Amino acid sequence: MKSTLKDPEPLLETQWPADPVRPGKAGWGGLKRRLAPYGFVSPTVILMFVLMLVPIVMVIGYSFMNNVIMTKHPKFVGLDNYVTILTDSVFHTALANTLVFTFASVAAHIVLGLLFAMLLNSPLLGTRFKALFRAVYVLPWLFTVAIIAVLWRLLLDPNGVINFLLMNAGIIDSKIEWLSSPGTALFAVTFINIWAGYPFYMVSILAGLQGIPKDLYEAATVDGANNFQRFLHVTLPQLKPIIISMAMLDLIWTSQQFALIWMTTGGGPINVTEMLSTYTYKLAFSQYQFSLASAAAVVILLLSMILAFFYIRHQKARD
Amino acid sequence: MGNDALSRRNVLGYFGMAAAVAMTASCGTANAGKSADGTVTLEFAQWWEPELPKGSLRTLMDTFEAKNPGIKVKLLSGPYASTKEQVIAGAAAGTMSDVVGLDGAWINDFSKQGSLADLSALMKESKYDQSQLASQVKIDGTTLMIPAVNFVYPMFTNDDLLAKAGVSKPPSTRSEFTAAAVAISKVDSNVKGWVLPLSQEAPNGIQNDVMSWVWASGGSMLKDGKPDLTNDAVHSAVNFVQDLWDKKVVSPGALTMKEQDKVEEFTNARVGMMIDSLAHIKLIRENNPKLKFSISAVPAVDGFTGKRGIPYAAWGIGIADNSPNKAEAWKLVDFLMSEETNAKLSSLSNSFPGNTKAVPDFVDSDALFKKAFEIYKGGYPANEFVGLPVAEQLMRSFDEELQKTLSGQQNVDKLLANAQATWMKSF
Repeated sequence: MKSTLKDPEPLLETQWPADPVRPGKAGWGGLKRRLAPYGFVSPTVILMFVLMLVPIVMVIGYSFMNNVIMTKHPKFVGLDNYVTILTDSVFHTALANTLVFTFASVAAHIVLGLLFAMLLNSPLLGTRFKALFRAVYVLPWLFTVAIIAVLWRLLLDPNGVINFLLMNAGIIDSKIEWLSSPGTALFAVTFINIWAGYPFYMVSILAGLQGIPKDLYEAATVDGANNFQRFLHVTLPQLKPIIISMAMLDLIWTSQQFALIWMTTGGGPINVTEMLSTYTYKLAFSQYQFSLASAAAVVILLLSMILAFFYIRHQKARD
Repeated sequence: MGNDALSRRNVLGYFGMAAAVAMTASCGTANAGKSADGTVTLEFAQWWEPELPKGSLRTLMDTFEAKNPGIKVKLLSGPYASTKEQVIAGAAAGTMSDVVGLDGAWINDFSKQGSLADLSALMKESKYDQSQLASQVKIDGTTLMIPAVNFVYPMFTNDDLLAKAGVSKPPSTRSEFTAAAVAISKVDSNVKGWVLPLSQEAPNGIQNDVMSWVWASGGSMLKDGKPDLTNDAVHSAVNFVQDLWDKKVVSPGALTMKEQDKVEEFTNARVGMMIDSLAHIKLIRENNPKLKFSISAVPAVDGFTGKRGIPYAAWGIGIADNSPNKAEAWKLVDFLMSEETNAKLSSLSNSFPGNTKAVPDFVDSDALFKKAFEIYKGGYPANEFVGLPVAEQLMRSFDEELQKTLSGQQNVDKLLANAQATWMKSF
C-alpha cells in the first residue's frame, strides 16, 4: 500500500510561524514591542555615551589645541602638543618608570598570588589555619589607597618600624630613607603596590585551583610525575587562562596607578618615581597646561588600548 | 547584514543621540541661584570649613543670613587640593561658585582665565572703605582677591631640646641657627636640629621653609616682578640650606616630607626647630601637651638690622565673574571682612585678621600668639609667590632642582641657573 502521506517539507526561515514578539506590519502596539529592547539598553548606552565617549572625544579634541580651560579662545595647533610631550625628557623618565613599576608589580603579583593560593589550597593545612591565613592574606586588598599610603609612609619612615626591625636584626646599620632616597624610592613604591595588589590574584587563582579536577593529578601520579612535574604540567596549564586574563587587567590598572604614587612620593624625589599618571596630573593641575595634559592622556589611552586589544583577543579566543 | 539589523542600529543610534543631547542640555542650564520668592542662594566654595572648629563657619553664615534677609549661603566645603580643582573646573565651565576661597598662588592664573570678578569696581560701587583692609591682591591694578585672614610662619623652637643642647635662647641669626642645629643634633641620635619638607606633592616647603630665609633677611627672589633667583640674597639662603644639609642636621626623609610630617616631627620632639604656621599651635598642644616650645622671628643673616619679612599664607576671598548675584556676593565678602566677623574668623582659625581694626581674642589670652603678633607687627608679611603665574609649579620646579643639589647631582650655582631659566618660561 502506497502511503498517501508526504514527508513534511523542511521549513524555510521565511516560513516559520509568526514570531509573537516580532510585529507584522507596523502598528502602535508593534512599534512599542519593537522599541522595548532599546528602552532597556538605553540607560547603559546613554551612560556610556555621556561618561565615556564624550569625555574621550573632548580630551582628544583638547590635545590638538594650544591650551584649553585656561584660555577662552583656543587655537588649533595640530600635533604640536604630541611633539612636545614625546620629546620631553621627563616624559621618557615617566614612561620608563611606569614600565618598571608595572611589569615588576604584575610579575610579583602573579608569583605571590600563586604561592599564597597554593598554600591556602594545600591539604597539609587544617581548616582553621586556612581560614586564618585567608583572612590575613586578603587584608591588604581591603584597605583603600589612602590608608595604604599613610600606613606605608609610617612604616617606611626613617624613624619607622621597618628600619627599627632591620637595625635590630643587624641587617642594616643606619636608617634608610626608603621613600626619600633616589636610590630606593622606585623600589619602595613598587613594593607597596605589590603588597596592595597580590590578594586579588590569590583569591582568583585559589578559585581556579579548586576547580582543577583531581583526576588529572591522579593520572599524572600514575604516570610517575613528581610534585614539581604535576605543578608544571597540570596546575599551570589549568590556571593559564585565569593568570593571563588577570595579568592583562593588572597591566592596564597598574600602568594607570596614580593615587598611591601621589600620596607616597608625589613623583619624587627629583623624578625617580614620576609615572605617566603623575606627569599628566602635574601638567594639568600644576602647570595648567590642559592641552599638553590631554596629549599625554591620549598617549596613555593608546598604550592602554594596546593592552586592552590583547586582553579582548585573549578573551575571545577563550570563548 | 539585514535591513532589520540596520534599522535596529539606527534606532539605537537615535536613542543615544537624543539622550545625550537631553542630558548635556540639562547640564548646561544655568542656575541663577534665585528662588521663586526672590531669595538668592549664594554658593561659597572653600576649604576653610573642614579646618575650622565644627559648625563655626556655618554659625557665621547664619549670622549673615539673619542680617541679610533674602540671601542664603550654601557652603561647598572640601580639602584644599580639591577646592582648587573645583574652582579651576568651575571657572572653565562657567559654573564657579558665587564666592570662592582663594590662595594667592592661584590668582595670576585665574586672572588669565578671566574667572574672577573685579573687586575694585564692586568696592567702588558700594563705597567701601578700603583703608580697613590689611592687603589686597591685585593683577594689573585690579583687585581680584582680599586676604581674609593671614597665617604667619615664624620659627618654632623646642625649649627642652635647646636647653639640653646648651642653647640658652632661640637663634636670631643664621650663624646662631647653624650652631644650635648642630648642638641639638648631638643631643640624641634620633633628634635633628631642623626639619625641611620638600615633598613634590605639595611643594610649599619652598615657599615656607626655603624662601623664608631670603625674606627674613630683607631679600627678594624677584626683580621688577620677574624671577631673579641668581641674586646674592637667594644664593646665600640656598647655600645656607645646603650647609645645614651637609652638616647632617636636617631631619631624614626630607625629599618626600610634607608639611604635616614636619609638624609631627616637631610635636614628637624629634627636631629642635622648624618654620611653621601659627595655625598649628593648637594641634601641637593637643598632640603633645607636655611639649614646651617658643616662637621667634625667622633668623636673618648676621648683622642684618632691617625689617624682617615674615612668610605668610592667606585664606583669600573672591567673587566669580560668572556669578549672576555679584551684589549679594559682595555683601558676604563685606560681612566676612567686617571688624567683628573678621576678628571672630581670625580667632577661630588662629590667624591674623585681614581687617586692620579687627583684634582676635587670642592675642591677649595666649602668650605665644601675643609674641607672634609682636613679630608680625615688627616685620612685614612677605610671600612673593602671591600673584605669580603657575606659582605652585614654580615651587615644584625649584624643589626638583634643590633636590638634585641636595642629592649631590649639581651645585647651588647650577640649581639657581636652571631654576631661573625654568621660571622665566612662565613669565
